[in-house]
Amino acid sequence: MSVTVNIVRAGVFLDSVVLMQISRELTAIQGVEDAALMMATPANWDILSDAGLLDEDTMAGPGDLLVAVRAQDQAIADSTLQRAAELMERPAQQNNTSQELRPLTLRSACRQLPDANLALISVPGDFAGAEARKALRAGLNVMIFSDNVSLAEEISLKREARDLGLIVMGPDCGTAIIDGVPLAFANVVPRGDIAIVGASGTGIQEVSCLIARAGEGISHAIGVGGRDLTEAVGAISTLTVLDWLERDVATHHIVLIAKPPAPSVVDQITDFIRSSSKSYTVCLVGSDDLALPDNAKLTTTLKDAAAAAVKNSKGLEALPVVQQAPAAGSYVRGLYSGGTLAAEAQVVFLSHRQPVLSNVPVPGAGLFTSERANHIMIDLGDDRFTRGRPHPMIDPAVRDEPICAALSDPDVGAVLLDVVIGFGAHPDPAGHLAGLLDRHGRSGSVVIASVTGTDEDPQVRAKQVSVLERAGVVVAPSNADAAELALAGLKIG
Amino acid sequence: MVDTAALAPAIRRANSKALEILLQGDPVLIDVVPAKDLIPELKEHTILHAGPPIEWDRMCGPMRGAVAGVAVFEGWARDLDEAGVQASKGCFDFHPNHHFSAVGPMTGLTTCSQPLLVVENRAAGNRAYCTVNEGLGKVMRFGGNDESVRDRLAWIRDSLGPALGSALQCCGGIPLRPLVARGLTMGDEMHQRNVACSSLLLRELAPALASAVADHSDLSEMLAFMGSNDQFFLNIAMAMGKSIMDPVRNIEQSTVVTAMTRNGTDFGIRISGLGDEWFTAPVEMPAGLYFPGFSAADANPDMGDSTIVETIGLGGFAMAAAPAVAGFVGAGSVAEAAGITARMREITLGEHPEWTIVSENYQGVPTGIDIRLVVETGIVPTINTGIAHREPGIGQVGAGVVKAPMACFEKALRALGERLGIS
Repeated sequence: MSVTVNIVRAGVFLDSVVLMQISRELTAIQGVEDAALMMATPANWDILSDAGLLDEDTMAGPGDLLVAVRAQDQAIADSTLQRAAELMERPAQQNNTSQELRPLTLRSACRQLPDANLALISVPGDFAGAEARKALRAGLNVMIFSDNVSLAEEISLKREARDLGLIVMGPDCGTAIIDGVPLAFANVVPRGDIAIVGASGTGIQEVSCLIARAGEGISHAIGVGGRDLTEAVGAISTLTVLDWLERDVATHHIVLIAKPPAPSVVDQITDFIRSSSKSYTVCLVGSDDLALPDNAKLTTTLKDAAAAAVKNSKGLEALPVVQQAPAAGSYVRGLYSGGTLAAEAQVVFLSHRQPVLSNVPVPGAGLFTSERANHIMIDLGDDRFTRGRPHPMIDPAVRDEPICAALSDPDVGAVLLDVVIGFGAHPDPAGHLAGLLDRHGRSGSVVIASVTGTDEDPQVRAKQVSVLERAGVVVAPSNADAAELALAGLKIG
Repeated sequence: MVDTAALAPAIRRANSKALEILLQGDPVLIDVVPAKDLIPELKEHTILHAGPPIEWDRMCGPMRGAVAGVAVFEGWARDLDEAGVQASKGCFDFHPNHHFSAVGPMTGLTTCSQPLLVVENRAAGNRAYCTVNEGLGKVMRFGGNDESVRDRLAWIRDSLGPALGSALQCCGGIPLRPLVARGLTMGDEMHQRNVACSSLLLRELAPALASAVADHSDLSEMLAFMGSNDQFFLNIAMAMGKSIMDPVRNIEQSTVVTAMTRNGTDFGIRISGLGDEWFTAPVEMPAGLYFPGFSAADANPDMGDSTIVETIGLGGFAMAAAPAVAGFVGAGSVAEAAGITARMREITLGEHPEWTIVSENYQGVPTGIDIRLVVETGIVPTINTGIAHREPGIGQVGAGVVKAPMACFEKALRALGERLGIS
C-alpha cells in the first residue's frame, strides 16, 4: 500500500525548470513511485491530481510551493521529502568558468579576433585545402600544418595567395617562429638577426637550436613546405618570404634550407640572392652542385649551415668520444622522426663514401625497399607512416616497434635516433625512449642519438640528454655529429 | 558551365538582402479577427495544421486527437469518434498553416471560426496570423480534445478574441520589436519562456481591454486567464516571426532559412532561394523534463510551427538570455546557455541590433540561418519545445530541447546547388 505525502512551503517560489529537475531526481529514488515539486497554481493542481500525487487534505494557493511524494512506505516518503528539502537549499554550482567559448569555425574566430593576420590549419589533409582557401579569402596568411594535401591543391592555393599578397606556409609545415612567436613544432630560441627559411620543420628546428647554442638568435623561421622548390610549385612561397625578409630590418642573414631545387627554380632563387643586400647560407641537404653568388655560402648539412650563419661557431665544434663500440653487426639503422634529419644523416654517410638506403633518399643514396644488409635511414614522419596516425614527434611510441626490431637485428651495429623537443613535441621523449630500452634490455648494438632543442624548451634539453645518457645512449651534440659517431664506431668495431 | 567564382559574391549579395529584410522587420500586433475573415480559403471542413504538408494517414496521435476535437468544436461532427471516421474517409481538407500566412503551436490547427492574432510587419507591409494561446495543461495544441478543451476554445472565440480585437483596435496596436527587446533582458527567449513578455503585454493591453469589455466579471475572467498563462505571448511571438520571415522568401540565390516547422511526423524547412519548396526529414525526439506521472516513453516526437521563433533568432538561439531553459537538458548554468547561443552564432549570418543579451554585453541574438553554414559545420539549430503525449486526447507532458534534423539542410543545399547549375 503506497503512501502519498504533501508538504506545502507557503510563499516559496522556485523556477519551474529547477523544480522539474529536482522532481526528476526524487523520482529516481528507489521506492518512490512518483514525486513532483510544483507551484500550486490551478493548472498544476490538476496535473498533480491526475498523477495521483495529491493528499485530499492538502491546502495550498498559487503562491505556495507544493512538494508531493507517492512512495512504497512512509519511511521512504519521509526520506524523499528530506532529500527534496536538501535539493531546494543546495547552493548553485559554480561551473561558469569551466566552459570557454572557443570559436568552432574560422568565420567566428575572425569575428572574435578581427586583427588576426594568420591562420594555422591543422585538419585532415583532405579538408585542409578548403579551410586554407577560406582563410586566404578572409585576408589571412596561412600556415598549413596538415600533410596529405595534393600537389594540385598546393599550387592552386599558393597562386591565389600570391595574387592576394599573402603567403601559404606548407602544406606539411610543422615549424614557424614569426617575430618571436612559435607556431606548431618550435623551440625556445633567442631573438636575433638570422632568419631561416626551410622546406621542412625539423631542419629549421635543428638549425635554429644550433644557432641558439652558438649564442645567437633568430628573427623569423618560416616553413614553406617540402614541395615549394619543385618545378610544379615554382618556389612561390620561398620567393615571397625572401622578398619579405629583404625588407625586414631585423634580419641580416638568411639561412635557406632545402632539398636540391628543380633547375627551373634555381635561377629564380640565385637571381634573387644576387640582387639582395643581405648575406645567405644555402643548405642543400644532399647536394653541393649549385653555383651561388658571392653573398651566399653553400653547405650540405644542417650543422654546417648553422656554423656558417653565426659569427662565432666555436660552440658547435666539440664531439664526444665514442664510449662503446658496436659488438656484432656492421650496419647502421637510423630511425628518424624528422625527415631532414634523416636526410642529413645520409649526407654524412655519403660524404664518408658509405652507401646508404632510405625511404626518402637524398641524391646518391638508394631507395630502401626490403634489403636489410645496408645502412638504412628511415623517416618515420613520412606521409606514408602518418596517415591516420600521430606523428612520431607527438607520440614517440610509433617508433617503438622499429627500434626493437633494429636492436634485435644481428646485422645492426648501431641505432641512430633523433629526439626532437620543444613546443608541440611529446613532453618527455627521452623518458619514453629510456623506458623502452630498459624493457628491451641491453643488446649488442649501440644507440646513438642527438637532442634537437634548447635548455629553455619545456622539456629542457640538458635533462633529456642526461635521461638518455643514464639509459646508456650515446648523445651527440648535433644530428650530423650523431651520424659521424655512428660511422666512427663502426670503424673502431 | 557555371561560373562558380561569380556565385559566391552573388549568394553573399542575396543573403545580405535577406538579412536586411529580416532585421528591418517591424512587427505590430494590431488585431484579433475570425480566421474565415482573414483567410478566404478557410471554408468549412478545411483544417490548417502545423508543419510541412501531411495527410491524415501519416499524422501522429496528438494531431489526430486535435483534428477530432476541432471537428466537434466546429460542429462538423457530433463526437470525437464520428470526427475520426470522417477524417479517415477524407472529409477534411488539410493544408499547412504556412501556406496561408499563418502559424500554429504544436498541432497548430487553424479552422474557420477560431479568432486569429494579426501581426503586421510595418516595414514590409505584410501580415501574419496565429491562434490565441489556450493556456497550459490539457489543450488542443497538445492533442487535448475533451469538452473542457472545446469549451475553452468556444470562450476564446466568443469572448476573449473579440475583446482582444476591440482593445487592440482601440490602442492602435502594440509594437512587438521593443517589447521583445525588453523581454530578452528579463529572461525570456520567446519559445519556452514567455513570462516577461506575457506580463509586459498584459500591462500594455489592460487599460484598452478594460475600455473594451463592459462587464466586470468578463473582464476579470480575461485578465485572470492571460495573467495565469506564462505562455500567452508565445502565439504572438510566432505570428511576429512569420510576419518577419515571409518577406524574406523568394530571393534568388539566397541560402537563408525562411521557415522551420514540424508536424509531429516530418520536420520541414524552406529557404529563400527556393521559394515555397519544403525540404523534409523525420522529426527527432526532444530531450527534456516531464510532468508528474509522465516519462520519455509517453512523448510524441517534435511538433509545431513554433520553430518560426528560432528561425528569426529567438528560442534556442537566444538561450543565453534565458539560462533556466538550458536546464531542460543540462544543469541550466549560465555558461551552458551561453554555449548554445554561441553555437548558433556559427550558423547564422547576423545579429539583431535591438534584440540583445545582457549577459553577453548586449550582443544581439544570432539570426539569419545559412544552410551552407549548417551543412559545413555540422551544427543544426537548437530548438526549445513543449512535449505532447503521443496518444490523442491527453495533452502536454513535458518540455525540452530538440535538434533540427541535418537531412533537411542537406536536401535544401543540394536542391539549391542544382538550381544554380552546380552538380
